[in-house]
Amino acid sequence: MTSVSVIDQLKKTQILELLEQGKRIDGRALDEPREIKIEINAIPKANGSARVRLGDSEVLCGVKIQPDRPFPDMGDKGIFMCTAELLPLSHSTVETGPPQAPVIELARVVDRGIRESHMVDVSQLVIEKDKFVVGVFADIVVIDYDGNLFDACSYSATAALLTSKTPKWTMVDDNVTLVDGEESPLPTTTIPVSVTMGKIGNHIIVDPNGDEWASMDARVTITSDSDGNIVALQKGGSDGFTLEEIHQCGDTAVRVGAKIREIIKEAQKGSQ
Amino acid sequence: MGGRDAKMVLLDENGVRCDGRKIDETRRIMIKAGGLKNADGSAYIEFGDNKILVGVFGPRDVHPKHMSNTDTGILRVRYHMEPFSVDERKRPAPSRREIEISKVIKEALEPAVMLEKFPRTAVDVFIEVLQADGGTRCAALTAASVALADAGIPMRDMVAAVASGKVADTIILDVNNEEDQAGQADMPVGYMPSLEKITLLQLDGVLTPEEYEKCVQVGVDGCKQVYELQKKALKDKYFGNGGD
Repeated sequence: MTSVSVIDQLKKTQILELLEQGKRIDGRALDEPREIKIEINAIPKANGSARVRLGDSEVLCGVKIQPDRPFPDMGDKGIFMCTAELLPLSHSTVETGPPQAPVIELARVVDRGIRESHMVDVSQLVIEKDKFVVGVFADIVVIDYDGNLFDACSYSATAALLTSKTPKWTMVDDNVTLVDGEESPLPTTTIPVSVTMGKIGNHIIVDPNGDEWASMDARVTITSDSDGNIVALQKGGSDGFTLEEIHQCGDTAVRVGAKIREIIKEAQKGSQ
Repeated sequence: MGGRDAKMVLLDENGVRCDGRKIDETRRIMIKAGGLKNADGSAYIEFGDNKILVGVFGPRDVHPKHMSNTDTGILRVRYHMEPFSVDERKRPAPSRREIEISKVIKEALEPAVMLEKFPRTAVDVFIEVLQADGGTRCAALTAASVALADAGIPMRDMVAAVASGKVADTIILDVNNEEDQAGQADMPVGYMPSLEKITLLQLDGVLTPEEYEKCVQVGVDGCKQVYELQKKALKDKYFGNGGD
């Protein structure tokens, strides 16, 4: 482990020196995300799925849609849930067993970004009020790691949900019954896009890669919706941001997010 | 969530199976060696509608330390299914079935891997079933062998695997999901073709002694076909032919 941290320290010095000249270690502009590749319907057995590569980070989201009991105080709404997991084959340091704090944070931040945007219209997912509703489960697994999983996971979940098909159920003699052959697109209202920015020294960079991620002092993930509203935010890391920096990050998130939203829409169109 | 067609014909009078295959024919098999950036070795297999990814790390330090063995390296295998890999969402935590399959695959690979060359270390094999459609353990074992070879870990042979079984009183090769659910027997077979050793064998279903012998033979013959595809995947990666 000692040798690893020596290399990290050297790399961090190099990354910082380059940033002082306005450059990044992989040649990108400060506000430029890596290339995003989206493969829709990678898992035909799921109701919707998307395999996303963000640079060399790769994640896969599968959506399962099935009848469920509503939460006791929310009988007139369906259920939406998003989980994320780091597969042990994604990196040599990932261990099996119960998820550690960083993974729990990842899953919750991705879930919150989509939930708070009200992307999935849960009011349309009721089979019988207070008894049966439709549950939408977006499970994300990380296949390969090279930094910024927040955004890779968020894009895969969004793309998978946008292209999901919902089966139809009705009540027959108090039983939930599948109506054969009737499928409709999952009711969605907006396309949330998260943009994660890292702070190294006094520099703020969009979509940090693995080396940059290891060198960050702080980070912020900001999710915006199709109308350009900011719907969720999460700050992390052991340094702080100035108010001005937070304003700047908000602007960047909406501006860069709009471009990424177009990439997601293209993938959605390509699948139809 | 049953929903299966009760009247489905598993084998028609012309010897054609429910998915159009002949009795001694495997499903479409595609194996790719490599593909993951961080793993020391990896492989991806599509075996019919199964889609499975395997990553290998090691030989590396053993954590927790008490698991290490001063005489030999150890092999650790985790077989895991994604929640979206099956019809009804699977809870993400490992099930008893997954724990058993992990063990069976580990013991099928151990005879092939020269672990004694790496005392005090571990080789970790992580199997992720992205989509399941019957016969995942065989497809997983096949891909795991390729991933171990891709990681450059010394091996005596690769293990190839495929299930044989019995459907409509006939012995068949490569049992699919429907045949597994509605058929009479399912026998996963793992085999090292160069060393001529069976390293995985399970059976559920009823077979006469004659059928039993035939079933093993059909499985072993199928493994030999799979073995050629494993070798091809490695050749494609390391000797050109469109590897990445």
